[in-house]
Amino acid sequence: MTHPPNGSTAAPDAPDAPTLPAVPPQAPAPSTPPPAPLPPERRSAWSESTDRLRTAATTEPGRLRIIGAVLAVLVVAFGALASWQMSARSAAADDVLHRSQPLSADAASIYRSLADANTAAASGFLAGGQEPAGVRKRYQDDMDMAAEKLATAASNSKGSKTTTDQLTLLGKLLPEYAERIETARTYNRQGLPLGGAYLRDANDLMQKQMLPAAKKLYDAEKKQLDADYADARAYPWAAIGLGVVAIGALAWAQRRNYRRTNRVFNHGLVTATAAGTVVLLWLSVGHTLAWSNLNDSYDNGVRSLGVLNDARVSTLQARSNENLTLVARGAVTVPDGPDEGKDAYDVDYQKQMARLGPNGPNDRSGHLGVARVLADDDAGARPVDDAAEAVAEWQKRHKAARDADTQGNYDVALARVIGDDKPTGDSFDKADKALEKALAHEQSDFKDAAESGRAAMTGLPVGAAALAVLGAAGAVLGIGRRLSEYR
Amino acid sequence: MTRTGTTAPTARRTGIGRLRGWGGVAAMAAACVLTALIALLPLQGAGGSALPESGSADTPRAEQARAEECKEPERSLPASGADGPTIKEIKTRKDKPNKLIVGVDQNSYRWGYRNPSTGKLEGFDIDLARAIAKDILGDPDDIIFRAVPTNQRVPAIQSGQVDMVVRTMTINCERLKDVAFSTAYFETGQQLLVPEDSKIKGYDETLAGKKLCTAAGSTALSELEKQAYGADISTTVPNQLDCLVRLQLGDVDAVVTDSALAAGQAAQDPTVSLAGKPFTKEYYGVAMSKKAPDLVRRVNRILEDYRKDDWDKSYKDWLADDLKDIDGPPAPKYQD
Repeated sequence: MTHPPNGSTAAPDAPDAPTLPAVPPQAPAPSTPPPAPLPPERRSAWSESTDRLRTAATTEPGRLRIIGAVLAVLVVAFGALASWQMSARSAAADDVLHRSQPLSADAASIYRSLADANTAAASGFLAGGQEPAGVRKRYQDDMDMAAEKLATAASNSKGSKTTTDQLTLLGKLLPEYAERIETARTYNRQGLPLGGAYLRDANDLMQKQMLPAAKKLYDAEKKQLDADYADARAYPWAAIGLGVVAIGALAWAQRRNYRRTNRVFNHGLVTATAAGTVVLLWLSVGHTLAWSNLNDSYDNGVRSLGVLNDARVSTLQARSNENLTLVARGAVTVPDGPDEGKDAYDVDYQKQMARLGPNGPNDRSGHLGVARVLADDDAGARPVDDAAEAVAEWQKRHKAARDADTQGNYDVALARVIGDDKPTGDSFDKADKALEKALAHEQSDFKDAAESGRAAMTGLPVGAAALAVLGAAGAVLGIGRRLSEYR
Repeated sequence: MTRTGTTAPTARRTGIGRLRGWGGVAAMAAACVLTALIALLPLQGAGGSALPESGSADTPRAEQARAEECKEPERSLPASGADGPTIKEIKTRKDKPNKLIVGVDQNSYRWGYRNPSTGKLEGFDIDLARAIAKDILGDPDDIIFRAVPTNQRVPAIQSGQVDMVVRTMTINCERLKDVAFSTAYFETGQQLLVPEDSKIKGYDETLAGKKLCTAAGSTALSELEKQAYGADISTTVPNQLDCLVRLQLGDVDAVVTDSALAAGQAAQDPTVSLAGKPFTKEYYGVAMSKKAPDLVRRVNRILEDYRKDDWDKSYKDWLADDLKDIDGPPAPKYQD
């Protein structure tokens, strides 16, 4: 079996093997330097190399060289693509876990802190000139939290136009709001009704400008989170496709080898196939696992967190509207529309309650209803049920308070809202606490699932690259061994 | 007063024209009788149909009567100290007997306001309500205050939720369709409230280019829509007190509201004061049910006494510091 590696004559040991259309795609051409025994006339570089290839393809060693090169390139390309696609996904998963979700949680907490501050301000106001220390502290904590989170968001945000705009606006309005609240307090301490007017003005600022801005910020961060999720979850189809092609090519090369030599195994090629298969399997199984974990973290974490945040903000807004109904004492009515002439704050309270839902024990509408559907385990469902129960009780008590108020029994109404004997404030506190608990639960659910998702991708980029190099080496060695038989 | 102008002017014009021809006194008497009839007719539940019937017999006379009715809405039923059926009902009713239920404001500083440090209602209107309770039931504390928002004043009377409303309520023809009023107990008018260093001198050319604040749907706004002297009147707020906030924040240059409420605002901020004279004339009255003429007469009787002494005392307590140009209570006018 010693044949001179003569490129000009056809290999004699291929008598009846079907002459395969062994002209490979032109792409790898530049990377293969086949020997050119008969340099033809200089034409363009392109036609020159095609000619060389064509000439090379007429001899078995030439063909083998081409096959070896193509296999090596395929395997390396597969590894590189897998590595690249997986590092992109891994980075996106990392972003979900460490940037966009925390940012969206920060935005949610800005939103909630602002609504909470507004509620606390109105509660403190209702209590008279001397604000209860606890309520005052709650207001102050909320304002601190909002300021702090605004600063974090400003430094961490990717800086889309919406985000920057809303952050700037909130940064401007927050001190303005605080100033109005302080003015309201000062007048209230002097026993002047002007304090109530300032409080309503501050509330207007909050409801009409700040909360919508906070909501926009939250939505923008949520959009970024969704985009990161989409990036992390996208299937690496290109890598998988190339992997299948590479393994197919390896299989074909081995089959060809077997046909021509009757040797079953070529160690190099087997190694290359094994490495390629491992990468392909690792890629698809690992990503599927990551994908399912990420899906889980999205469905059970992110979506629940979103609806629970909405529920909490609705609860807070309902409470501040309830308080403001008593602060305004009928001074503000709806100017037109179907609710014309009704107390504006009570109308807003009813709107928030409708948004909050549910409208019965088994109703699944409203934020709370949806949160209940999304709650995937007992630990998550229980606080949502507690919140729904507290809200139902709250609505009952609110009606009694409101009835007293509309009949002119202001004192009774006030006692039913902030008094000691089963006031609506108790129900609100219960609902708020329950929602806080539900949020904490879903946050940890999210974290667990998202971390498993990211963990499933760990090592894939590096592993795929290493295995691909191994596979390419195997392919080259395998072909080289066969080639050496021609020397 | 100002809003109802639209229903009357044509009738009034022809009516007055005819009046001169007829010789005034007899026609006035006839008109007053008709007015009294119209006021009393709803008692029989025939208020709606009574007017067109009498009108079909003699249309000009009816129109004239209606015009007369709206010309001076502050004319009320003659005073009487008798305990009528309504007062007997108040004394003997099952729910809250011997307590006068009065609808009041709790947001109007110096008029009807819940003082947050005491939790008690206080103000000029509250004093008057207590005086009425004292006269009818013997004790100024025989009273239940019900906080009634502005837009609930008329419904609260009509539904019987309150016996009367004492709540800076302007007497006007439109309201007279739904409730009855006592004689006027306070005269007020739209006026400007400005910071002390303001160039605005009153309802005049000094308003040009200035920004004014009014409450949405208020008399002040409708007056300014007729004549604003080149001022920007685009700022409207839900409640007149919100205008003071806007003024303090520098969003507007002046507030337009009625002088009584403006006084309540000035009392809360020593750096603002009333400017110029009131440019409309309005009266506050105690509103009661149209089905309770005996109560209206009784309140008118109480007001006669109240004007002599207590009015001035209450005025000094609550309003004199900020409302300087008022000599005393408006004289009562009766329907004969």
